[in-house]
Amino acid sequence: MPKVAIRAVDLTKKFGEGEAIALAVRGVSFEAYFGEILLVVGPSGSGKTTMLSMISGILRPNAGKVEIEGTDIWTLSADRLAEFRLKRLGFVFQDYHLFPRLTTAENVAVPLILQRRDWQDALAEARRDLEIVGLGSRSELPPVKLSGGEQQRVAIARAIVGRPDILVLDEPTASLDGDTGRSIVKFIRDEILNQSRCIIIITHDARILEFGDRLMEMADGRLTEIKAIGAGRAHERIANAVATPA
Amino acid sequence: MLGILKIAYKLLVNDRAKFAALLIGITFAVSLMMQMTSLFAGVLSRASATVYNTGASIWVMDPAVQTVANAIPMPDYVLDQVRSLPGVKYAVPLYSGIGLVKLKDGAYQAANVIGLDDSTLFGRPSLLQGNIQDIFAENGFFVVRDAEYSKLESPGVGMEFELNDHHARIVGIAHVASAGLFGIPTLYTTYNRARQYLPSTRFTTAYILVEPKGAGDIDAIEARVHEMGYLALTKDQFTAKISDFYMYQTGLGINLLLMTVISFIVGLSISGQTFYTFIIENIDKFGALKAIGAKGGELIAMILFQATFTALTGFGLGLGICALIIWLAHLRLPDYAAIITFGNIGLALGMVVIIAAVSSYVGVRKVLHIEPFDIFRS
Repeated sequence: MPKVAIRAVDLTKKFGEGEAIALAVRGVSFEAYFGEILLVVGPSGSGKTTMLSMISGILRPNAGKVEIEGTDIWTLSADRLAEFRLKRLGFVFQDYHLFPRLTTAENVAVPLILQRRDWQDALAEARRDLEIVGLGSRSELPPVKLSGGEQQRVAIARAIVGRPDILVLDEPTASLDGDTGRSIVKFIRDEILNQSRCIIIITHDARILEFGDRLMEMADGRLTEIKAIGAGRAHERIANAVATPA
Repeated sequence: MLGILKIAYKLLVNDRAKFAALLIGITFAVSLMMQMTSLFAGVLSRASATVYNTGASIWVMDPAVQTVANAIPMPDYVLDQVRSLPGVKYAVPLYSGIGLVKLKDGAYQAANVIGLDDSTLFGRPSLLQGNIQDIFAENGFFVVRDAEYSKLESPGVGMEFELNDHHARIVGIAHVASAGLFGIPTLYTTYNRARQYLPSTRFTTAYILVEPKGAGDIDAIEARVHEMGYLALTKDQFTAKISDFYMYQTGLGINLLLMTVISFIVGLSISGQTFYTFIIENIDKFGALKAIGAKGGELIAMILFQATFTALTGFGLGLGICALIIWLAHLRLPDYAAIITFGNIGLALGMVVIIAAVSSYVGVRKVLHIEPFDIFRS
């Protein structure tokens, strides 16, 4: 059996009070595994981002629990949870959220600096990861001088620089043209994914489905289906082993 | 933590427009506050110039005296009474009055005339030219070379002039630590000559300068003088009394206070508003930092650092600009009364710290309330 990276159990999230209450996520349970790319799809308002925020430790669920390698993250204190996110999770936000006043290398080094690493060491490591994403020559430029695809790569470099074992990407191709979007996800598949890393991608982009191992569909806050995709790929064994709806 | 502060620093200073606006606000406020308080300190210092320059430990005066310039003469017997008090080492009279000097073109120039005790010359100024004993020469006066010296047509030793229609002669040029407030030159002579030259009331002793035998005798001397119906004040008490007069019994204090408060409010408004805008514009970045794993304490440290750095930089610039303005003003107006004291600097620093604290508080509240989830949702 593949190793479980994330176990979500009966996750529920509601917003608002009284009459205005809205159930964004309703009792979602699933597991994500090391060595796979799990794609999360569904219409707007289906609860994808809310669910992803809860499993990432940035939005507290009203009910249910999230275990990452056996640790119930929502039992941790705020500071411990922040540290947990810093060391175990890497985020790629939809709008990248790069710091325009820092250089590209400094942007990538932020997680390491938050880990209290030496400034120069952090920058050196950031430059190495920028080489990995093909932006070694752009390390001293501010992000605004880069194209959308390049900024996305910078965001990916920032997400992986701390060597987290879980990567969470929110609509990574939303702001990119088709070819660039595909190349970014292919790059993630080929260069970032490994057997000790779990990658979860929220997407609306059907063109990148071929790069996922499993597909999780959500509607009205519920998990409607979870299935194996990308047959014949290296991660097929995971898909075959766990393709059971929660 | 140093790296985190370095990120905060770069986020701040690399946003040049905002950083410049923040600096301008604080610099402007500090400069104005410093200018106002320096002016006030200068006025107070000048108002007590005679007290500083004379250097007596205790001053005995009429209780109605408010400033050193408006002395109310006391009867001669008060001097004898004070001399007889236990704890008094010696006591000498001091004359202080205003005379009119006739200039070469026939115009008159008011001058402050200080009459020193004939026997001891206690409170005498240091001399730049001439000998101290020359003060006893016929019609002898020392002139103080300060910012007002030129108003007497910069007289040299030996120059003769008329003072209140009496013949007078400059026998020495003196230097004092502090120039007077009222922009008139100062002449020193003996107590008795001053009485001859200047029209006076029945009583002529403006002040009695007392040296106690020891510091422990001061309280007793003050009490005994009080019983006599007069007032004895140490040098510091007298300057404080003069300061209180200008601060509370003239419009000067309240006006300067108002200007200082307005400067503070303007600085606080500009800086607070700009810093708030800076935080709002970067709120998603702080949210992203929070999502990545920055702790609340680290975000607070970043904001505090940004506010403190801006405040202290603005404070330094404001202080520098104030010093420059005073220096330039002194070049043009040698008797320009403004001095930067440690008290002024401390006050301005305190106000800048308040500006930084208020700005930080607003920023910290905003940043601590941002939910990283909102970053995802965006």
